[in-house]
Parts: sequence; C-alpha cells; structure tokens
Amino acid sequence: MNVVDFLTQMIRIAIPYLFAASGGVIAERAGIVSLTLEGFMLSGAFGAALGTHYSGDPLVGVLSGILCALIFSLIHALATIRYRADQVVVGVAINLLAIGITRFFLKLAFDSSSNSPRVAGFGGNLKAAGFDNPLLWLGLLVAPVVAFVIYRTPYGLRVRAAGDHPEAAESVGVSVKRVRYLAVALSGILAGLGGVYLALDQHQFTDQMTAGRGFIAISAVIFGRWDPIRAGLACLLFAAAETLQIQLQGSHAIPSQFIEMIPYVLTIVALAGVVGRSVAPAALGKAAD
Amino acid sequence: MTGGSAQAPNQPRATSSSAIRMEGIEKYFGPTAANRGASLEVAPGEIHALVGENGAGKSTLMRILGGLMKPDAGRVEVNGHDVTGWSTSDAIAAGIGIVHQHFMLVPTLTVAENLVLGSEPTKNGVLDYAQAASSAEALSAETGLKVDPARKVSELSVGEAQRVEILKVLFRGAKILILDEPTAVLSPPEVRELWAVLRRLRDKGDTIVLITHRLDEVVDLSDTITVMRAGGTVARIRTSETTPAAIARAMVGREVALSAGTRVAPSAPQPRSNRGLEVRDLTIKGSRGNRVVDGVSFSVHPGEILGIAGVEGNGQTELIEGLAGLRDVSSGQIIIDAVDVTSRSVDARHDEGLSHIPEDRNRRGLILEYSIADNLILGVGRKFTRNYVIDRKAVMDNAGGQIASFDIRPPDSTLNARALSGGNQQKVVIAREMSRAFSVLLASQPTRGVDVGAIEFIHQRLLDARAAGKAILLVSAELNEVLALSDRVAVMYRGKFSVIMPASEASEEVLGEYMIGTKKGATA
Amino acid sequence: MAVEKPTARFATAAWRERAEEALLPPFVALLVALICGDLLILSYGQSPLEVYRLLLEGTWGNAYGFGQVLYKATTLTFTGLAVSFGLRAGLFNIGGESQLAAGGFAAALAGLALPAGTPLIFALPLCILAAGAAGGLVGAVPAVLKTKFGAHEVIVTIMLNFVVLALLNWIIAAKLHVPETLHTPEIRAGVLPRLSDMFPTFHGSAANLALIVVLLVAAAVWFYLFRTSGGYALRAVGLQPDAAEYGGISVGRVWLKALTVSGVIAGMGGINYVLGYKHYYEDGFASGAGFMGIAVALVGRNNPFGVIVAAFFFATLSQGGLAIHAFVPKQMMDVLQGVVILAVAVSVPEVRRVLRGSRRRSDA
Repeated sequence: MNVVDFLTQMIRIAIPYLFAASGGVIAERAGIVSLTLEGFMLSGAFGAALGTHYSGDPLVGVLSGILCALIFSLIHALATIRYRADQVVVGVAINLLAIGITRFFLKLAFDSSSNSPRVAGFGGNLKAAGFDNPLLWLGLLVAPVVAFVIYRTPYGLRVRAAGDHPEAAESVGVSVKRVRYLAVALSGILAGLGGVYLALDQHQFTDQMTAGRGFIAISAVIFGRWDPIRAGLACLLFAAAETLQIQLQGSHAIPSQFIEMIPYVLTIVALAGVVGRSVAPAALGKAAD
Repeated sequence: MTGGSAQAPNQPRATSSSAIRMEGIEKYFGPTAANRGASLEVAPGEIHALVGENGAGKSTLMRILGGLMKPDAGRVEVNGHDVTGWSTSDAIAAGIGIVHQHFMLVPTLTVAENLVLGSEPTKNGVLDYAQAASSAEALSAETGLKVDPARKVSELSVGEAQRVEILKVLFRGAKILILDEPTAVLSPPEVRELWAVLRRLRDKGDTIVLITHRLDEVVDLSDTITVMRAGGTVARIRTSETTPAAIARAMVGREVALSAGTRVAPSAPQPRSNRGLEVRDLTIKGSRGNRVVDGVSFSVHPGEILGIAGVEGNGQTELIEGLAGLRDVSSGQIIIDAVDVTSRSVDARHDEGLSHIPEDRNRRGLILEYSIADNLILGVGRKFTRNYVIDRKAVMDNAGGQIASFDIRPPDSTLNARALSGGNQQKVVIAREMSRAFSVLLASQPTRGVDVGAIEFIHQRLLDARAAGKAILLVSAELNEVLALSDRVAVMYRGKFSVIMPASEASEEVLGEYMIGTKKGATA
Repeated sequence: MAVEKPTARFATAAWRERAEEALLPPFVALLVALICGDLLILSYGQSPLEVYRLLLEGTWGNAYGFGQVLYKATTLTFTGLAVSFGLRAGLFNIGGESQLAAGGFAAALAGLALPAGTPLIFALPLCILAAGAAGGLVGAVPAVLKTKFGAHEVIVTIMLNFVVLALLNWIIAAKLHVPETLHTPEIRAGVLPRLSDMFPTFHGSAANLALIVVLLVAAAVWFYLFRTSGGYALRAVGLQPDAAEYGGISVGRVWLKALTVSGVIAGMGGINYVLGYKHYYEDGFASGAGFMGIAVALVGRNNPFGVIVAAFFFATLSQGGLAIHAFVPKQMMDVLQGVVILAVAVSVPEVRRVLRGSRRRSDA
C-alpha cells in the first residue's frame, strides 16, 4: 500500500467531515444541537449541482450550495430559537425535509429520481489527485480557522458563554439569541460547503448522497469533545479508517462493516466516559429566554 | 442641539439628587404579585441595605432596576433620568452593576474572559487579552480584590468567584453596585474582606445597594436601610437611628396577626420513649465537598413539634432532604420509631412511618401536569394498587374525601395541580402527607407562598397532628411561625444547631442573635 | 377574590384545556402541510384539488390501496408506540430504525429455526418474543449507558443505529443469505395470514394479521401507561423527575425500563414485514420506518390511540405518493412528512404559550 495514495484518499474523504464538524462545533458550543448537519450537507450538495448545472460555473454552484444550506439552517434557527421547539425533533424534521426537498426538486429540475446530470467541478488534473480544488484547501483550513474564531475573537467568547451559561451572557448585555442565530447560520454554511465539495468532487448530485456523513461529523464533534482542532483530528481518524476499508477491499482481512462502525463505536465509548469525561456545553439543547 | 440645556420640562425635580429612585413599582408573575407598590431611594455615595424576608420582592425590584425585567407599573429613575423599562445594556451603560446571588460567571471561561465578556477589548478584531489582564490588574490594585486573571472560574473558591463578580461589574464602569445576598456563601474572614472592599468603594464615591436578610450585616455596614415585606416597601430608616430588633419587627410583621391555632395537649405524652425521630451526628456533604450539615444530633418525641429556625441556606434544606432519603448522608444515623433508616430508600422510610411536606411543592411536592386525584396518591400509590393495576374508583373516592376534608378549591379532582392557587396546591400536598400512616412528619416551609386563610388552616392541621401524638420537625423561614407552633426551637447556623431551647424561653430577639451567629449556646 | 364557580364547569374546562393543548398542534401542522402541498403541486403545474382527489382514491378509495395503507400503518404504529413510550418517561429513543431491523431479523431466525408446520399458535408467540427480545437488547444498551454513565440517549441511539445495521448487513452478506440476494431463506413457521386470505377484495396488498397484534400492543401500552402503578411512575419521571424521586420512584430504574421496553415494541414491529409480508428478513427493510416513528409519536401526541391515527395518516401520505405519481412526483410526500414534523415541533410550545397566556389574562 502506497503511503501517498493513502493520505491523498484520506484527505479527500475527510474534507466533507472537516467542513461539517467545524460547523457543528460552532452551533453546539453556542448551545444548539447539531443533528441537522446531514440535512445541511445534503441541501448544500444539491444546491451546488443545481447552480453549476444552470450556470456551467462551479463558483456559482458553491454560492448556490451555500445559499440552500443557509435557508435550511435559518429554518432550524427560527424553530429552535424563536419558537423554542425541541432541538432534537427539529433536527430530525430538517433532515427528512432535506431528503424530501432535494428529491422533489431533483425530479422537478432534472426529471430523475436518482441523480443529476454530470456537472463541472474544480481542477480535474489527474496528476493533482484533487489537490487543484480550492475547496479542498479551504476544508483543510476550516478547523484551525474555527478554532481561532472560537478562542480568539469576541464572537467566539460569546459563543462559548452562550453555550455554557446563557444567563451569565445575558446579564452582561450579550444577546444569546443573536449569538445562536449566527452560530446556526455558520454551521449551515460550513456543513453546506461540505456538501458542495462532495457534489463537485463527484460531478453530480445523487439522492441521499451524503449517506450519513453528517452523523459521522457529529461523532467527530463529540469524540473531539467540542474542540475544533480535536474534532478535526477525529475527522481525519475516521477518514483514515474509511480509507483503510477501501484499500483492504477484496482482501477480506476485516469485513468492511466493522470498519464502518468505528466512528460510531468510538463515539459511544467516549460518551460512556471511558475515554476521559466528555463535557458537552452545559446549556446544549436548552432554549434561552 | 443648541437649545438642549432647557430640554427637561419633565426632568425630575430637585430631589432627584438621588442615585436611584424607584416609585410605585408593581410586578406580577401570573396572578402572584412579586412587587406591589415597592419604592426605593438611594443617595449617591452611600451603602444602602435592602432587607426583607424571602419572597418579599427584593430581588425582583433589583432585576427591574438592572433591566432584566420590566415593571408592570411604576417609575424608575437613575441619576435623575427616567429609565423605566430599560434594557440590561442600557443599565450597564448607565453604570449599574449587579452582583447576583447565584454567580453569573461562565465556569468554563477564565477570569479574564469572564471580566471582558460583553465588552471585549480587541486589537484588529482579535481579543486583546493583554489589555484585559492589565485592566484587571489595575482594578485589583485599586480595590484590593485579588484574583489571577488566567485561572478558570470553575477552579475558584466561592470567595474568589465573588471577587470576580465584583471586579466584573467594576470593569464595566459600574458606579452603582447592587449586591444580592453577597455573604450567603462566604466564610467570616471573607466577609470581613468584602466589607473592607465595599467601604473603600463607597469612600471613593460609588453607590452600593446591599440585599440581605442578615441583620448584623445591615447594622455593621449600611448608612440607610429600606425594609420590604410582601412585595411592598414598609420602612426607610437611617441605620444610626435603629436597632436590629426594630428592623426584625418591620421585616416579619404581618397585616394579620398570626393566630396560633388551638393547642391541645397530646393525649399521651411519652417524652422518654424511643419512639419518634432520632438523629445522631448526621453529616451531609455539599457539591463542593463542604459539610452543609455538620454533625447534627437531636430527637423529636411523639406529640412534639421541634421547630428549626435560621437564615436560609444554613443547611436546613439539606438536613430535611437527608432525613427524607433524597440526599446521600456521609455519616451519622437516622432512626424512626427505633428503626435505623439511614440507608433506606424513600419508600422504606414511608413504611417506617415517615411523612414529608417538601419545601418546594412546584419541584418536588406535586406533579403539576397530574390531576389533583393523581397527586393525592404520589408516594402512597400502593394503597390504591392491586396487582400493579391502579384502582381508579378508589383513587377518585380518596380524592373526593380529601378535597372535602381539606377544603381544596376548586373542588374538582380531575383538574391539573398546575391550575390551583398556591394555597390549594399546598393543601393537596398536606392532605396526602397527613393521610398516610405516619408517626414522624417533616414539614418544610409548610406555609410558603400561601394566603393567610390557608396559613391558619395548615397551622391547625399541624397542631392537630401533634395532638394525635405525631413527632413533627418543622422548618420555616418565618420566625413567628416557628415560635407559635413549636414546643422546642432549634436554630441552624452554618450546618450546625447553635441552640435548642424550649419555645417558652425563646423570642424573636433571642433567636435572632443565634440566627446571625453572634451567640452560640447549648444544643442539649 | 374570585367567586367559587360550580364544579361541572371546571370539569369541562379542564378537559377542554387539555384537549386543546393536545389536538391543536396536529391540526396546525395539517393546515401548514396542505398549504405546502398546494404550492408543490402548483409548482408542478397541476391542480391541487385533482391531485388530492387522486390521493384519496388511491388510498382509501379501493381495497388494494387501503390494504397497503393498513400494512404501512402497522409498522409505523409499532415504531410510533416505541418512541412515544420513551418520550412519556422523558427519553428520546431515536434507535427505532435498528431496533425494528434487529426485531425483524430475530423473527426470521425464529421462523427458520422452528420445524416446518409448527402451528401458528406456538410459532407466532415465539417469533414475536424473539423480535421483541432483539429490539429490547438494542434498546437496553442506551438504557444502561444512560443510567450508569449519564450518556445522552439521543446520541447513543443514533450511533447505535449505524452499528447495529452494519452488523446485520455483515451477517446477511457474509453468512446467511440466499445467493445473489441480501435476504434470508423463507421462514418455515410463523407465517401470518394476509387479509386477502380472508377478504379476497384485498388481493395483492400486504396487509396481514400483524395488524391485530399492533392493536393489542397499543391497547396494552395505553393500559400500562394510564392504569397501572408502573405507568403512573413512568409518566411522573417524564414530567418531573424530582417529584417522582420524592414520591419514592427510582428514576434510574424507570429510565432503564422505558428505553428497553421502547426497544421491545420497535423490535416487535419486525413481524409485519417478516412474518406477514415477505416471509424472510431482507437487508434494509426497516429503512426510514424508525425515523418516521418519531413523526408518528409527535403527531399522535404520545397517546397510543393518537399514535394509531397518526400512523394511518403518514401511511396514507406514503401510499398516496404512489397514487399521484403520474401527475406529481411521489417525492412530494417526503417533503410533506418533514413539514408536518417541523410544524408540530414548532406549534407544540407555541400553542401552549398562547393558550396559557390567554388563560392567565382571563384570570387576572
């Protein structure tokens, strides 16, 4: 097995996770449960395919993908922050809604129930192995950037306060609602970019193409104990396991299903407190007054 | 605006040299009034004490002042400007700083981060920790409040956390400081240190409002005192012209004199029997590992009411929860009718004859979304269950009987407990706890938030139970309630009983001194 | 001071308040869904009225369509009951997907293990028992992790879905499949009669006697929740854990029981497909039904009879999608499902707030 090939493939697999998990960290640190990453990614992927198809320009695809994910994230924010609806239930609803709406418009726009036509993407130089895609570089940068925002900027400080002790934040004049709206919107944009990368990398949208990647991203957030850098490393770890599974295919050394389980089993183990105590933001899932 | 100097036809009059002036404040939560015609006037540069019993409306008044709530009626002026209904950020900008009783600090952030939250200094859009730290140090030097800005708040002691709270409001440029029960969690040296800081702040011209119900603090520190009772302001006194006893009388006085009910001697007093409740050297640890109940021993005999007085937060809640089986006990013994129940479950204690009126009926005593009938079987369900099936008819019959004999209104057993008034909710709890077979009753704040008519009713029920030979442990923040009902009175102070004495020898003045810790006595 | 009013007025008022709080959200959601449906249909250039007519014709208008609705509603009732059983104790079981699959798999194993020709009277209880036990096993994992380590059941059940489904996929793919397929051989015993066996008019539809089983389970759940001491304790823990503890109820034990039984109910749902329809376990048969259980519980307001109605509603949407597919893509129904859940989630706290606000004003 070639080490460079392995790393290349691992990074390409990790990029969508890195985008989505970074978004998840922001929303969860602000106190909003991010079970919606899957739906944000899916709508981002569909928006990218749609925009690229009609314009021929992947850059327009990126923007329309972000826009689609943003719309979903604003629905999520409105329901959970303005209307104080249960964050888990809304999360489930957003994911089902994303599946349904992308299916409906897949049919409406492309008259297909399985996939869009082939669309343009970035790069495409075979020798570059995907590294001529600016989104890939953006994806590699996103976790450090989110870490910088969370730990070094005033907004990041307010995010951490809003998720851990919203009353304290309110008592010093910080609007917890505003902080959370922005956090959910950011998580939508970032997770949406994860979906955009996926669609443009594969040059098409396929029904349910995110296939649980949003949940792997959530696993990474939890396994990384809500820290952007650790969550990013968890994304790389999960991607490495997946790469291993692909490269071992045919050898039947370990059934692929057992490698598939790794992120989820690790997350459950982490939650049960075997790997240090996992400390969620104290006000995660609780609506603020 | 050049004509601006004459801008103020409705600017307040000359009296508004006051730093704070609140008049006719009303605030309702649903049907209950937290503030009803409350007023407060604080002169600049003074330490002003705001005193009153729990639930007198002090905190609500301060929340309105700080912009956390808007009053339903009334007027708020700060430094002569009408600011009625302003927001938190308005209040902060105007120099009002509140140090909350439950610290408003984010435990996962550092001291410096907590200090700057909401008004963060930045350099090129990035948090400027260096500046934050240096302004924190400057403030520390100026006030004598020492903390390490790099430490996480979760690692601080209570005293240190409070220093951060005070620094936090000063950092925001507060000139009017409001401290809500600042000493409730402090040790005596920490209290002395806090007093020194507050005096220093006053001397440099800051205005301080101190909310408290510890009378010794009031007399030590304040220049002026405002007394609140039942949502309204009842007195405004210069500290130099009053005594603790006079303040206490103003605090606890009631519109309706408390009737002590009819006392009937218990049919067969058995003071030396081993029946009743016996507690030996009980210690309960709090969440920080401190001893919230510290080696307490006492007994309550059949046909006796032992009243526990004391400022809230001295371990009464934990003591009762420990006795009821709702809180782990670190050492000691709890004995009911000669049976050791220390490590028994709640259910098993019920079986041994324990009954419990909890202090918070909305959290513990009632399931608010359950009907009156269903609430009347909470914890006594076995009586109404055959082969795991609840006998609905028996439940409804029971409810009908209890509603009639405890005069619960409206008399509809299908109504959810949430729909009842505080007094009727409490009657449901008391009906249930009095109807089980019991020999020991824990009655914690039995008349809290209850109207006057229900108070008398509940008092009479407690005296009836005493006459029937029950051993009753009464905890109440109402000193006169403890005095009127008890045979013996204990005072709890910092986790210990500072005295146990016959009620006939006790008075508000005597107990008051034990409550504030200036006097310690025999606990025999 | 309020003047005392006669008792009867209070009794009806109490009932009306509870009914309003329970029933208004689903109606709001239905209304929102209808409006969204109109928009989607119009966006496809069709007439909403015509499409809704077709939808009703294709579902309730003929025996086959109705049978299909009944079949789909059966599985959804199982998973909806499972979710609502957990929610009554204040716990969110999102593991219906894998519990249903595990139950179906265990039912198939039991059906394969029993000798051919075992009378249904013996085979059926054994298969149901196997299905329930498998679902309960999957449900017990988050239950234990929650009570022992405080691990949040939402995340654990979601993660466990992927683990269990991957495990079942491996067993089927590697060990136990009919060549060239991803399903087990046909079961030898425990086959449930179809409705069409008794009423030929249902011919072709998958509706079967699992329908009776689920109605019995729903009745049992109702009886347990509202008529037994265990149900009293379970609901008390869900509403106010502190008060339950005060009343001598062990909160941890109730959690353990609630999540495990929730898994048992979801697992039993596996018999509808395995014993009633295909007579084998097939990889992926449960796909979506577990998540839809959340929608069903939500719309059914966690009441067993409400759950039945809600399951019937969602089954109609699902089957109706096929009926209108020639005019509007059936994917429209996927959208409407999401819209309904979202609308209920939002309107539950909103309706409560508005109703309680107006009551308080009228009291003052």
